[in-house]
Amino acid sequence: MPLLDVRDLSVVFQRRGTRPVAAVDGVSFTVEPGQTVGLVGESGCGKSVTSLAIMGLLPRRGNTVTGEVRFEDTDLLKLRPAELRDRRGRDIGMIFQDPLSSLNPVIPLGLQVAEVLERHQGRTRREALREARGLLDAVGIPDPSRRLKEFPHQLSGGMRQRALIAIALACKPRLLIADEPTTALDVTIQAQILTLLKELVDNSGTALVMITHDLGVVAGLCDTVNVLYAGKVVERAGRHHLFAAPRHPYTDGLLQSVPRLDADRGGRLHQIRGSVSDNIPWSEGCAFAPRCDRVIDDCIGETVPLLGGALRCTNPVPKGVRV
Amino acid sequence: MVRVISRRLIQLVATVVALMTLVFFWLRSLPGGPVDALLGERATPQTRELLTRALGYDQPIWVQYGRFLKNVVTGNFGNSIRTGEPVTEVIGRAFPATIELAIAAIIIAIGLGIPLGYLAAKHRGRLLDNATIIVTLVGISIPIFFLGYLLKDWLTQDIHLFPPSGRISTGLGNTDVTGFFVLDGLLTRELDASADALWHLVLPAFTLATIPLAIIIRITRASVLDVLDEDYIRTADAKGLRHATVRKRHVLRNALLPVVTTIGLQTGALLAGAVLTEKVYNWGGLGTLITDSISGGRDYPVLQALILLAAIVFIVVNLAVDLSYAFIDPRVRVK
Repeated sequence: MPLLDVRDLSVVFQRRGTRPVAAVDGVSFTVEPGQTVGLVGESGCGKSVTSLAIMGLLPRRGNTVTGEVRFEDTDLLKLRPAELRDRRGRDIGMIFQDPLSSLNPVIPLGLQVAEVLERHQGRTRREALREARGLLDAVGIPDPSRRLKEFPHQLSGGMRQRALIAIALACKPRLLIADEPTTALDVTIQAQILTLLKELVDNSGTALVMITHDLGVVAGLCDTVNVLYAGKVVERAGRHHLFAAPRHPYTDGLLQSVPRLDADRGGRLHQIRGSVSDNIPWSEGCAFAPRCDRVIDDCIGETVPLLGGALRCTNPVPKGVRV
Repeated sequence: MVRVISRRLIQLVATVVALMTLVFFWLRSLPGGPVDALLGERATPQTRELLTRALGYDQPIWVQYGRFLKNVVTGNFGNSIRTGEPVTEVIGRAFPATIELAIAAIIIAIGLGIPLGYLAAKHRGRLLDNATIIVTLVGISIPIFFLGYLLKDWLTQDIHLFPPSGRISTGLGNTDVTGFFVLDGLLTRELDASADALWHLVLPAFTLATIPLAIIIRITRASVLDVLDEDYIRTADAKGLRHATVRKRHVLRNALLPVVTTIGLQTGALLAGAVLTEKVYNWGGLGTLITDSISGGRDYPVLQALILLAAIVFIVVNLAVDLSYAFIDPRVRVK
């Protein structure tokens, strides 16, 4: 049985006087225990909203969440807010994009780690702080005793993200959701953080949902990858498969957009034309059609199904074309 | 920390000297003066000259100014022109009355303002929030003297709920220890006097509190809404912390920063408001003293000392606010 089973998840935002917008439009995917699953796509494709919906962290007003988020036997969407609070941080941990703004500026780091242990493991403050020191040590923060008393602004960006990882993993959750955890960091620090995440996840058997727009991150970390476009999964494949033989023109475009060292120095970098906002509603065909190089007449008309549960395309890239 | 405080104290002295100079010349540039006020229009030139000389106003203005500065430094503010009493005594009598009133007002403003502002933010866009916005708008807009007379008329005349004026009923609280009547009652164990003084305090304090209260509600509401949108609140929720913990530990403390600044700035408004409030409720504090000193005889020594005192209170409160900042927000702590 999968650890996390997201079925037909939709999130519709509506503000008074505006047209409802489906940020997430019937997304389904599963995460097996200990597995690392990637959610990949451009800004605005719905990947962060998906993660917030799973955690129940979307603002209470202005949106409608439908579908199912099964965590083991429970549909998280059906839980009362207080029940969900019992599970967040204990069963599912989450780390965020911007480590500075994600830590409270006026609370010492130690308490920010310790409070999650106090909450879910019934530790006293003293026990929790002692454990927090160990956790900071485990994520590679030097001199943890001193850091416990310090505030987020006194830490470097990399250390802050390490601290957030320590917080998210404090209660040994079975699932960790990482929402672009390296986007705000230097490239060298990015690699360190990814290595750390991989290590921790492998050692503890925690499943990981990795949300990113960075295909490099996916290549290094994920077992399975879900490519999202305009709120829907357009392609799903194992990592090797996806990189070796992408079938959806969007995935193909993303992969070709990665700059290559062996390319002509004077040559233009590859880009996918248009932007995410240049799409048509899924109900009228393929949302990617206006930007697609392989668009044919059949792409317009009706919703393209997710063929074989893995590919949403009428005219996919033929197998074995790419080198 | 010591360096910051000492630097601020030096700034305080500089500000006070500048202000005193301004006030000194400003008072004397106004038409009329103590001599006219004391002797009236039909005084003979001889008496006028005698009094002018007696008061020392025949000297060149810079000599007067030099003497004034010397007096201020030695803590001698001279005698009241109107009553002949030492200025320090006149002010010493009125000061506790105003401070008692101002403290009561600020307690009301903070004690009601922060919870109400928080509730409004929590119920954003709903009935409670909209009601709060309207009520605070009214609170800011109604002039103190109007609201004061309105409340007085209604709550002391139509229904005899509160005493109409004064700080304490006659015959009570005869022992003067600190000049703060509520405190005096407690110190001398005359609890009935304490309760009576407190009862007298309710209406004036509430009247004086309305504007700071409305502003604190508004600022708290806006600030809480800002903080609720912060990433670290999402992190706190992602930890599964209880709602109450998130609220107390993560929201309120961050939201209080702008509120604390506002409280400091509002002390100025409070001092100004005290003048009007004291007039309405016949309170007999600094506000009453300042109006009497202007209208009844251009009492230069009293006025100068009063303005100096108001400036020092304002500066000290704001210094305290800045220091409390360091206490609340580690980012402004100086190493």
